[in-house]
Amino acid sequence: MKILVALKQVPDTESKIKIADSGCAIDQADLKWITSPNDEYALEEALRLKETRSAEVTAISIGGEKAKDVLRNALALGADSAVLLKTDAVDDPLLIARALAAFADGKNFDILFFGHKCYGNDNGSVGAMTAELLKLPQAHVVTKLEISDTAFRAEREGDAGIEIMEGSLPTVITAQRGLNEPRYANLKGIMAAKKKPIEEVDCALADATIKITTLALPAPRAEGKRLDGDPVAQAASLVALLHNEAKVI
Amino acid sequence: MILVFCEIKDGSIRKPSLEVLSEARRLAGSDPVAALFVGDNLIGIENAANYGADTIIKIQSPALAAYSSDLFANAIADAVIAKGAKILLLSATSIGKDTAPRVAARLGAGLAADVTTLCIKNGRLQAVRPMYAGKANATVDFNTDLQIATTRPNVFALASVPKAGTVETLPAPNGDFKSIVKEIIAKGSGKLDLTEADVIVAGGRGMKDEASFKLLEELAETMGGVVGASRAAVDAGWNIPHSAQVGQTGKVVSPTLYIACGISGAIQHVAGITGSKFIVAINKDPEAPIFKLADYSIVGDLFEVVPELTKAVKAAKV
Repeated sequence: MKILVALKQVPDTESKIKIADSGCAIDQADLKWITSPNDEYALEEALRLKETRSAEVTAISIGGEKAKDVLRNALALGADSAVLLKTDAVDDPLLIARALAAFADGKNFDILFFGHKCYGNDNGSVGAMTAELLKLPQAHVVTKLEISDTAFRAEREGDAGIEIMEGSLPTVITAQRGLNEPRYANLKGIMAAKKKPIEEVDCALADATIKITTLALPAPRAEGKRLDGDPVAQAASLVALLHNEAKVI
Repeated sequence: MILVFCEIKDGSIRKPSLEVLSEARRLAGSDPVAALFVGDNLIGIENAANYGADTIIKIQSPALAAYSSDLFANAIADAVIAKGAKILLLSATSIGKDTAPRVAARLGAGLAADVTTLCIKNGRLQAVRPMYAGKANATVDFNTDLQIATTRPNVFALASVPKAGTVETLPAPNGDFKSIVKEIIAKGSGKLDLTEADVIVAGGRGMKDEASFKLLEELAETMGGVVGASRAAVDAGWNIPHSAQVGQTGKVVSPTLYIACGISGAIQHVAGITGSKFIVAINKDPEAPIFKLADYSIVGDLFEVVPELTKAVKAAKV
């Protein structure tokens, strides 16, 4: 079994975001970068299949030199190989999907794992786009996964409840929190990862379908009201405000 | 023409679909709006006319009774081509988020996901969408002739004008699917997803234990809302499902009213709730960062305040 796991490097979720001078991107100075948390569930699921089904796991990322950190981390956790599609920053999920599909095409991966949404662009689209480009099935926002030699059965988050999605391999699976509990890298893994190569592939992305023309911080919220008194008085003031001002009661 | 993919549930058009139809009508001006329904049992679709659809398009087949990501994407893409639509809108429901990227990839169209504002500029769609879970807002322009957007539920206002629309049928794609929903394990009856809820009562570490979430459920029930939780509460092992988690690492929500109980207000939590119209914070720590964000702040013991609030809301509704 061959598995590809797509990983994205994003600012730590506890980071404050500042806007760059260009006015259409974030200021990257002073940010701490992490693997997008949903991608960690994707990687963990792949590593578990490596252990239970002798799968061979390739980690892939797209971006600049800095993105090697997430690949190095994936190697430390147990990925067999790592590939960096080298390109400048890209906002367009379809361009990323096209680059990943072009890489994966003809390489006979049985499963392509993604996080269901990266914590940055928040598109939640690259996995499903890649599936369509490669004419593969998909299970999106997956919280439980069962794999046989030829098929999958996935639980995914639907609006009405948990949906049981079934299909055949090869497939795209996008991981959601709850799928598993990701492992931590140990010293042996970290040392071994330093010796493993990261394959670099030059990747020219043309014809963006969308463009971010402005990025702005949200308007600050108006100063709130503090409701004083004992709990009974506080509850009464709040209900009055919710009725008269917010008009929700 | 603007084509709007709509969803039916229990014989009615889902509210997020009516929201996106209403927005399509505003955007279209005098241009036509068509509502597209895909499925087997399409009852209640005529109501789309009252929310702005000039045409109601059915793609109906027993093969479309259960949801399939690729089959629905094929059906929607076929309709876009058949009608020559330049703009396709879907609500960012679980189905909209699942199938819209496939349609975009299939047709080589730009996709703006989970948008909160739309307008037409220089003849093309322009969207504003939150990034970094709402820590920043991006204005997105399209470079493609077909422009696709999914709209965040609970953000776009409903607008209804009674009128009639014409119903037409397009052929269903052949029934071969790659993956399909075999079964849905439903939530408790009538429970909305957090992203669609109008009122959310959420608890954090300050709830102290699982049992005290009962207080929040009582308040939520009184207000017709649903219960959410911070990451700290979900991680505490209180048997709260991940699907109830609000924040950058959970769900980004936009209810009319968000009541945060015993939630301190970590950056990643706050990012997920800034789309709320009104935020109430109840916390005994007057320095809790959540108060910087709250429209109405109650410094006090939630175990005393929340039951009083439930009582007061009940009394106000009588």
